[in-house]
Amino acid sequence: MISTLLANKNKKVNRRDFLKVSSLGTTGLMLSMYIPVLGCGNDNPSAAFTPNVYLEINEKGDVTIIAHRSDMGQGVRTSLPMIVAEELEADWSRVSIRQAIGNEKYGDQNTDGSYSIRMFYEPMRKAGATARMLLEKAASEQWNAPLSECKAQNHLVVHDPSGKKLSFGELALPASKLSIPDNYVTEPKLKNPKDFKYIGSETQMLDLQDIVTGKAIYGIDASTENAKVAVIMRCPVVGGKARSFNYTEARKINGVLEVFEIEGAGIPPQLNKPLGGIVVVANNTWAAMKGRDALSVTWDFGPNADYDSVQHQDALIKELGKKGTARREHGMVKRTFDNSNNKIIETTYRAPYYAHGTIEPPCATSKIENGKCHIWAPTQHPQFARDAVADALGMEKNDVIVNVTLLGGGFGRKSKPDYVVEAAVIAKETGHPIRLLWTREDDVHHDFYHAISAQNIKVAINKNNKVVGWYHKTAFPSIGATSDASVIEPTDAEMGLGAAGLPYDIPALCLESLPAQSSTRIGWVRSVSNIHHVFAIGSMVDAIALARNMDPAENLLDLLGTDRSLQFEDVKAEAVWNYGEKLEDFPFETARLRKVIEEVVKKTDWGKSLPKGRAQGIFAHRSFLTYVACVVEVEVDSSGNITIPEVHYAVDCGVVVNRDRVVSQFEGGAIFATSLALNSEITYKNGRVQQNNFDGYQMARMPQSPQNIYVHIMESDEKPTGVGEPPVPPFIPALCNAIFKATGQRVTQLPVDLNN
Amino acid sequence: MAAYTINVNGKEHTVDVLEDTPLLWVIRDELQMKGTKFGCGKALCGACTVHLDGTAVRSCSLPISVVADSEITTIEGLASGDRLHPVQEAWAEHNVPQCGYCQPGQIMSATALLSQNSSPSDDDIDAAMSGNLCRCGTYTRIKAAIKTAAKK
Ligand code: FES
Ligand code: FES
Repeated sequence: MISTLLANKNKKVNRRDFLKVSSLGTTGLMLSMYIPVLGCGNDNPSAAFTPNVYLEINEKGDVTIIAHRSDMGQGVRTSLPMIVAEELEADWSRVSIRQAIGNEKYGDQNTDGSYSIRMFYEPMRKAGATARMLLEKAASEQWNAPLSECKAQNHLVVHDPSGKKLSFGELALPASKLSIPDNYVTEPKLKNPKDFKYIGSETQMLDLQDIVTGKAIYGIDASTENAKVAVIMRCPVVGGKARSFNYTEARKINGVLEVFEIEGAGIPPQLNKPLGGIVVVANNTWAAMKGRDALSVTWDFGPNADYDSVQHQDALIKELGKKGTARREHGMVKRTFDNSNNKIIETTYRAPYYAHGTIEPPCATSKIENGKCHIWAPTQHPQFARDAVADALGMEKNDVIVNVTLLGGGFGRKSKPDYVVEAAVIAKETGHPIRLLWTREDDVHHDFYHAISAQNIKVAINKNNKVVGWYHKTAFPSIGATSDASVIEPTDAEMGLGAAGLPYDIPALCLESLPAQSSTRIGWVRSVSNIHHVFAIGSMVDAIALARNMDPAENLLDLLGTDRSLQFEDVKAEAVWNYGEKLEDFPFETARLRKVIEEVVKKTDWGKSLPKGRAQGIFAHRSFLTYVACVVEVEVDSSGNITIPEVHYAVDCGVVVNRDRVVSQFEGGAIFATSLALNSEITYKNGRVQQNNFDGYQMARMPQSPQNIYVHIMESDEKPTGVGEPPVPPFIPALCNAIFKATGQRVTQLPVDLNN
Repeated sequence: MAAYTINVNGKEHTVDVLEDTPLLWVIRDELQMKGTKFGCGKALCGACTVHLDGTAVRSCSLPISVVADSEITTIEGLASGDRLHPVQEAWAEHNVPQCGYCQPGQIMSATALLSQNSSPSDDDIDAAMSGNLCRCGTYTRIKAAIKTAAKK
């Protein structure tokens, strides 16, 4: 989502070919989502029937559905095709999937921001329905029977009165000869949701068998003949550069072929450019790694040479003492906080840099042949990768073919194509096909990190025990600074990620941002600024409950107020950031948030009595347009060790497509959030990341992870919304609030350290 | 460089590599078997787990020179023909994988555990599996699948 925001500002799109379905720019940049006009045809000449870019049927009746978005474990290669197959009336066992290359003809391919299902639910239904109607039409012409009597069902078209049947295979060629009536594309007849057999089911991931047998192909497994392996020694400080380097020893390693330097972007480092460094190319991975170890490089570390993240965070905390830039404001804020009759509570919160830690590190394979550059990469954003490679090599976009492999985790890291560009540039320089690999150390040292932050929240409670004032200040380096050094305050989108959309009914409210310089590559990590914003807000809400002497769940419902649709007219931006959607299309209904809170309270037996050291905590939050309430139960032993026996989520994400993958995203989200809350932290000293591998950069392992995770999905016929990121934000304060209840210690700094 | 003969999934292979080459890179680069994954290179994540004479080991940290006489099993050698190993079956029943990248390593650790302990407790599972990271967060399903596999 953010990447679209930043990457597409100069993108030219042929408007005749694309139907623009949504655009909302809250930062002055356009978030442009393009969906192809269905019916513009597919270019696979061997398929008999290709009514649109997403679908082919051959004369045997085999259906191939094109997966145009990247799968990193969320199961999108299964769920979007399920939607097509549903409307097509296809037999799922006759469906196979082909992954699309990066190309606008498929519409938006930026698999980020939890919007695959949200954006493509309708278009996929239409793609399937158009094809089904054409198959029915072809059958009616063959039988010379009225169209209304010909119905597709389970891979056949059946003539109702006579019981005659034609298979999809038999109809593929005749259907392909039909001209497609306009209304088949724009207004195809969609199924009644009560007749759905795939949508809403628990469907096994298509890649499951390959994964458990080790046959699944990830980016790191992609190979091409005669490929050489490349690794890069990058400057440990962002913005630094090699002054000189000596490769005598490296060249002595058997298998090392070439050593040379590639250019980096410098400062700002950019999202789509390499960091630069000294490249070692070898016959095999081990020789490349050993060659790199044998290099000696003298660096010019550049302006970030003494960057220290502890000092930076302290400086941000100091900033919070100043008046910031108002980003949302209403009511008599100053008067409310000056009123000596009001009780004021205030807390300052700190959260660190986080790395993505995908178990498959960044990697890509590139081959340049006959004027074309072929890429195989685990990328979340193949069009961005294609454009970045074309730009770096001075090639036409269409001469860069980005093949998308399975991703061994993404979480936002693999939407930045810096590593894809590296592979392409090295392939060009050497003339060899190249497999580029990042080691874990490379990944921990040179990620696009979740931003370090400092926040302060002040709350006023009046004599009647009502919350009358809310004053939130937030300071963190912006993702925007990675592309443009003049950006020193968060964008409207970043403010909208968890902070500006505060849904509580409070008479005086102010949200301010403060300046924060960036000294590294800031990117987006699963749920982005929601991570720190919701940690602070959710923790403060629990502190409010204590101050008001109320049950935390009751307090939460009370703050939410009466059911209403929020307008956010007090936001100091064109509109509140609504995850790229218009508020009228995806309104913020507080009733939906209330209902998930009520559901989770019911399902967890909220308030049940628990032994000493064990307690529940709660929070609820809408992010990425999905409403989530979370209760975490913790157990803290006498030495401060934290375990998590139980987590409950209640989720309203509208219509559910693949139930099992919704549940699994929440299970995984809880564990991801556990890492952020309890284990992980990136720190800098002398401009360098101090962690090296998974010993220093810790992530939750089995014993630290929640032992039982229950996901309660609300029945809903609202439009579907995503579930990749929404599990993360509310979990963190729910956990911290449970820790407070169990120990009396309020968590104000992540990661949690009860001995500090 | 030196020549080594290794037995992988019941088949002998001779490779000519640097003496300190980790088994992982022999398997991936020389034998072109890609099921065994690279995650950290330092025995910290378990993605590269294989069996060495039936015991789970981290192939990223085992030089080829020390494994030459052992029997090595990788994820590709677990199923017999089309018949999945019971652990793989259990993995499919529970839809364990998300991205799946860590799963070959998880499955190899789980099979080694079950071959030594046919009805592991929660603590046994935690202990045997805590060397295998899963960033997608599939641990609850891994545990459930191990219990299912134990009953097979
Ligand atoms: S790659 Fe061997 S343990 Fe991580
Ligand atoms: S399934 Fe993705 S890392 Fe485990």
